[in-house]
Amino acid sequence: MSTAFLTSWKVRIGLGILALFCLLAVLGPWLAHSLLGLDPRANDTSVIARPPSGEHLLGTNQFGQDVLAQVIAGARGSMYVGLLGAVVGTAMAILVGVSAGYYGGRTDAALNFLTNLFLVLPALPLILIVTGYLQGTGLTTIALIIGFFGWSGGARTLRAQALSIANRDFVRAMRMLGERGRRLVFAEVLPHLTGLIASMFLHAMIGAVMAEAGLAFLGISDSSAISWGTMIQSAQQQSAVLRGLWWWFVPPGLCIALIGTAAALVNFGVDELANPKLRVARPASVRRTKRPARAGGGA
Amino acid sequence: MTAVTASAAPAVRSARAPRRWGFLARRLGFYLAAAWSAITLNFFLPRLMPGDPSAAIVDKLQRVSGQQLTPSALESIQKVFGNPDANLGRQYLDYLGQLAHFDLGISISNFPTPVSDLLWQGLPWTLLLVGTTTVIAFVLGTGIGAVAGWKAGGRFDTVVSPLTTFVSAIPYFWMALLGLWLFGFLLGWFPLSGGYDADLPIGLSPSFLLSVLHYGVLPAATIVFSAFGGWLLGMRNMTVTTVSEDYVLLAQAKGLSGRRVMLRYAARNAVLPNFTGFALALGHVVGGALLTEVVFNYPGIGYLLYSSLQQRDYPVMQGVFFLIMLTVLLANLLADSVYALLDPRIREGG
Repeated sequence: MSTAFLTSWKVRIGLGILALFCLLAVLGPWLAHSLLGLDPRANDTSVIARPPSGEHLLGTNQFGQDVLAQVIAGARGSMYVGLLGAVVGTAMAILVGVSAGYYGGRTDAALNFLTNLFLVLPALPLILIVTGYLQGTGLTTIALIIGFFGWSGGARTLRAQALSIANRDFVRAMRMLGERGRRLVFAEVLPHLTGLIASMFLHAMIGAVMAEAGLAFLGISDSSAISWGTMIQSAQQQSAVLRGLWWWFVPPGLCIALIGTAAALVNFGVDELANPKLRVARPASVRRTKRPARAGGGA
Repeated sequence: MTAVTASAAPAVRSARAPRRWGFLARRLGFYLAAAWSAITLNFFLPRLMPGDPSAAIVDKLQRVSGQQLTPSALESIQKVFGNPDANLGRQYLDYLGQLAHFDLGISISNFPTPVSDLLWQGLPWTLLLVGTTTVIAFVLGTGIGAVAGWKAGGRFDTVVSPLTTFVSAIPYFWMALLGLWLFGFLLGWFPLSGGYDADLPIGLSPSFLLSVLHYGVLPAATIVFSAFGGWLLGMRNMTVTTVSEDYVLLAQAKGLSGRRVMLRYAARNAVLPNFTGFALALGHVVGGALLTEVVFNYPGIGYLLYSSLQQRDYPVMQGVFFLIMLTVLLANLLADSVYALLDPRIREGG
């Protein structure tokens, strides 16, 4: 595993922000409870819809709940959906894409049809309708559905890559040595795709966070669960916009935008390393001539 | 054995006929299969729900409304969720027959309006709003992206590209809410919801059209603002890659004007992936407006889907999905045909 990608400032900042939010999701609710004494569900009827102040750093909402505590609790909900959705989506993409590219023939034709079908199906309306039929869903179900409908793009990329790797000499050589199919796929072909898969996973994660927020906004969520999406949705339902309660819906959206930017930064940094032509874009292009030795060693 | 003869025959024919027809025929076959899969999914999905869904829905609706459902409403629900007493294959054939006549059943919440009437009411609004904004966002983003990529690392690029990265990471509906709050609530420049002035009669009168424009500006602006970033970044990166190609260098060495090299040599090749994306985006016009229309209460297809979901109006949900699916597949087919004309390589490979 090379660490060359850590030399890019974009990657470092992006990973830093993502790590921060992961920490917030894991430790945040506990810290908020024990250090700040905040409970995201506690209704304090004496402070309803107050703007940010010393006592409530991000103000309170219509129900007298502390917005800061809700944002921290929402981090856990949103990141949970993001991670689970991305795990499901990426796993399916690997399973379908790599096997299609590696096995070829009929398997490829069938799996490729499936991939193309899911590519053209409009995901958001479809998810909306499926969850609508299910009536009442928890965060886990939503994450599973998001993953189930979000693997096709990744599968197509992986198929193309696996197709080219499966025809390389080292794979042929392993096959002639009598290596069996499954081990060949997962032990020899798959490791060459880790970089691609990692970047896909990041994409899928931010996609799932956004999809959850969008679905919650459309009313598809567990009303008892707290996520950034449900926060914005309840703000919308209580017409926070028309009453100017900006501190209620601005912070959760800003958090989503930050995570999205972080993921995009990481992907840009990785892209620039993978595609040297993009690196021209760096102001320090003069220094490029000195670098190939190091970059080449890393790759 | 049959497979060999079948694959040999088209090869001989395609040597004479233009290759693009073979490519298009294959794509057409795929889209027909995809359409059939989607329609079948639409049929079986509600029937796969646990228990006896149609009885549960009838029960629920009767509890909510407090009165007995009319027989025709009952029939409308059973068309979606299936009648446990009837033959499944028979129901499937009936369903296909109705779709062929564009008979999508009757709305439950707007009883007894046919679903197709509701769709026709919403469709023009969505096409107008999202169609125009998709084109504007594409032209704007691709144009700026080409300029940014041409002088990558320059002053323009270092400001615009990171800014766009941040903007395109913002969740759309949240940005739309902010826009609504800022321009609708604080500044009061635009109305807060709806697609036209409800006091005016619907028609082609100048005052009505002006109100449509006035109500449409804010939703349109939010769509353009959130969508153009993707085009910009895609075009920028493709241009950066294209600029270092040998033929661009040759064009510059020939002494062609910088403008000509940028537009006719670099941008013309760099725009191809963006163009595919554009064709696909056109397919998502009908379905993609969902969040916009919900934020602004815009009377289009997306809002129809949203309200049918809220009222558990399943025939309408099914109808909207059918329409969205149909437009997506048609746009994809169109995109493939145009792309086959533009890029000769695609006809060879397929």
